[in-house]
Amino acid sequence: MDILSLFVLVPVLTILALFATNGLKQARLVTMLGSMVQLGMAINLIFAYFRERAINTDIMVFTRDYVWFKSFNIHYAIGVDGISVALLMLTSIVVLAGVFISWRMKDLPKEFFVSLLVLSTGVYGFFISIDLFTMFLFYEVAVIPMYLLIGIWGSGPKEYSAMKLTLMLMGASAVLLVGILGIYLNSNADGGALTFNILEIAKVNIPFEAQKIFFPLTFLGFAVLGALFPFHTWSPDGHASAPTAVSMLHAGVLMKLGGYGIFRVAMFLLPQGAIEWSWVFIILSATGVIYGAFSALRQTDLKYINAYASVSHLGMVMFALLMLNKTGWNGAILQSLSHGFMTALVFALIGMIYERTHTRDITRLGGLLKVIPFISVAFVVVGLAYLGLPGFSGFVAEMNIFVGAFQNDDMFTRVATVIVISAIVVTAVFLLRVIGIMLMGTVKNPEYLKLPKVTWYERTGIILLFIPIIGIGIAPLWLSNMILESLEPFIRGVL
Amino acid sequence: MSLNSFLLMRHEILLLAITLLLIVGEIFIPKHKKGSIVHLALFLFGIHTVVGFLAIEESSLFGGMFQTNNLIHFFKNTLNIGVLVLLLQSADWIQEKIVQKNKGTEFFILLFSSLLGMYFMISAGDFLMFYIGLELATLPVAALVAYETSKRISSEAGIKFILSAGFASGVALFGISLLYATTGSIYFNEVMEVITSNNLTILAFILFFTGLSFKISLVPFHFWTADVYEGAPISVASYLSVISKGAAAFILMILLFTVLKPLMHVWENIIYVVAIATMTIGNLFALRQKNMKRFLAYSSIAQAGFILLGLIAGTQLGAATVVYFILIYIFSNLAAFGVVQAISLKTGKENMDDYNGLYRTNPKLSLVMMLALFSLAGIPPVAGFFGKFFLFTAAASQGYYFLVFIAVVNATISLYYYLLVIRAMFIRNSDDPIPYFKNKIYMRLGLLITAIGILVLGLYSPLYDYIYELSSIFS
Repeated sequence: MDILSLFVLVPVLTILALFATNGLKQARLVTMLGSMVQLGMAINLIFAYFRERAINTDIMVFTRDYVWFKSFNIHYAIGVDGISVALLMLTSIVVLAGVFISWRMKDLPKEFFVSLLVLSTGVYGFFISIDLFTMFLFYEVAVIPMYLLIGIWGSGPKEYSAMKLTLMLMGASAVLLVGILGIYLNSNADGGALTFNILEIAKVNIPFEAQKIFFPLTFLGFAVLGALFPFHTWSPDGHASAPTAVSMLHAGVLMKLGGYGIFRVAMFLLPQGAIEWSWVFIILSATGVIYGAFSALRQTDLKYINAYASVSHLGMVMFALLMLNKTGWNGAILQSLSHGFMTALVFALIGMIYERTHTRDITRLGGLLKVIPFISVAFVVVGLAYLGLPGFSGFVAEMNIFVGAFQNDDMFTRVATVIVISAIVVTAVFLLRVIGIMLMGTVKNPEYLKLPKVTWYERTGIILLFIPIIGIGIAPLWLSNMILESLEPFIRGVL
Repeated sequence: MSLNSFLLMRHEILLLAITLLLIVGEIFIPKHKKGSIVHLALFLFGIHTVVGFLAIEESSLFGGMFQTNNLIHFFKNTLNIGVLVLLLQSADWIQEKIVQKNKGTEFFILLFSSLLGMYFMISAGDFLMFYIGLELATLPVAALVAYETSKRISSEAGIKFILSAGFASGVALFGISLLYATTGSIYFNEVMEVITSNNLTILAFILFFTGLSFKISLVPFHFWTADVYEGAPISVASYLSVISKGAAAFILMILLFTVLKPLMHVWENIIYVVAIATMTIGNLFALRQKNMKRFLAYSSIAQAGFILLGLIAGTQLGAATVVYFILIYIFSNLAAFGVVQAISLKTGKENMDDYNGLYRTNPKLSLVMMLALFSLAGIPPVAGFFGKFFLFTAAASQGYYFLVFIAVVNATISLYYYLLVIRAMFIRNSDDPIPYFKNKIYMRLGLLITAIGILVLGLYSPLYDYIYELSSIFS
């Protein structure tokens, strides 16, 4: 068995093991063990990757290729580069933290963990695929469990949110399907056979006419998952209704599929289309950045605030991708990673606060710093990371994005860049506002004076997510180098 | 007739023999033991299904009236499996409700006659054999639809079915006669060579296509579907929506890809429009259905629209994807109807709201239903995803990107109403949920086979590649 397929196999085996369990205790134990194995594999993969990279200069390493549907030339083809390795790491950490946060899932625990693991299987599979068909398959596998996760274990208008989220994302994947078919059926433009293999298609010169049609479809298909304005509306509703672990996984990992797909499929395979259409999507993503930040400013529900902040931050990822240069892309991927860790942590903390106070309305909270200090301090720290304070991962990412953006010296991108940068200020304002209202001041509700202390599993989850946030912030270079190295072939392909 | 020709018609002769055996059984089995006829029929049909898989020669009989090749052989086996599963799922219903009224044997005889008609229809080598097969396939079903004579709605459905089916056959026959008038032959081989595109042949084609459209319930010839499905016993509705529709779509494909290939520039336009109308209208009507049978009726109309996407490609790829999709559709829809059947038999409940909270009382049934609906909606990794993806690829490969776009939009709409059922089963709670019950062995087996099929048919790629090879006759 090769080292990458295990990433799909282990969650599947964990799911099978879960069917044999009985009750919450066994279910969470099995899931935790499975996720720990997964994390161990991800750490091992990083070291293995560096060893392999020293002797292997291919675009993708650890590649395996098995024919699946012969007549369509569909292969089960896998491989990773520095970018996917980093994202696999992100996924495994967030999933494990999510399991810890769901330690007391009372209602249908077995089904909950099964759905969670199906979701993570899809995500792992997506990140290791280099075949468009399997990539698309895993993409849908990752999206569909969201319906049950929000619908069954959610809160508030859960039926509405679950349906909205599922339909918008599956609708987007339907558009994506047309784009993928367009790429596939044009992959013989140079006289070869039709293929779904990304690396093969990248060598083909797909006719400009086709690129012009299929780039926006492919881009949009992925961008909806990345919450591109104006297709972001599923995200605040979905996150607000979802249970904590699902919000974490969804904002932290699943939404990253969007940016990754845009980069790996839309831009890599249809570069001329990207250049042709970039202005439209620059406008949309810049709007999203500023719109998300301002919306967050006006919300009082913690989850809505973070959901809109995610819209803003992921808008930045897409904006950076559209800058079409190396620094910008590096920033986009760093931002994906850093946002993944940070937003997962914020959602986890929101979940903990909600579990104790039974409200997410910041106007009804106050003085939490005195009552639940560990959670509150964690919130302050991650808030500072969120607004891009040096020493945390957010700073490294945003720095790269803006340096990259300023490398384009035409008036249009300059204006867009200035707008995007101004969103940082708004972000700072809304984060400090939340911290001020919720954590400082007097305790508004006397019942809050005796809130339970943080438990060991919550603490583990928090620390697990803090390690990478601070790690990337203090020592960004090794990660940055790993990504930059992997960007080389894309730079050559696209520019 | 030599022994060899007997072997070519093995399916037909065996099925005929089974039907006759059942008549003999009906005469000799004493009245209080009539229940055993169900086991007998299942046993005989099971053997028939297994024997069907033995290899068969590609050849024709009666001067080309009857033909068989590996694709047709494969499809007959597919129908056999479908009918076998259907019988397993209906066995309890027949034993509990039908045998007492002393009508158990007739049910099997009628069903098998109809299946025999389908064999002849898809093996036809000329329009005469085709028409005989079509009638034989349809008329017994009319009796089956009205089988629960004590229920008014069932008799009403029977009348509706026989009237629209009779009308459809008449229109198709008119089309065939016009084709004969222009080409001077009813043999497929000869018609194919002389057929040209003139007004009369186009009219003939349209009439013929209309007749078959009734069987597949394509829009605008779908009006009978929902009423008949609602009135008919669930097994019969299931048979209509799965076996009957599958066989009709298959023969339509064979005719379009061989005999009517010279008219491709005509029929591709017609199918383009009909496909869009069928998908869209089927889906939009399905959105508001509350009764599970009507719901599945409209969903199966929409599914038929997707089949047309493969037909429009007109290539080996198109043929392979159509057969593959029908195969998957048979399993998915049988699973859905099977669950509806099981619940209706135990509780008499058939509405979507009755399914609220089903997962908490009957998790296994809910999971089978979920698999079936995901497969119908085209969600990976279950089989329906592969079926739909390949159909779309076939249509896109001929440049029909816009049609594919409409289809994917429709697939998303369909996801909405499939999720409504999932919402009822998994998310909603009920004050009066369907209590836990245990199915009998036949029903469990019937559901198990479909569930395994849904899980395996897609992921197991050699199956598709095999169908693709079989379809090389169209290349």
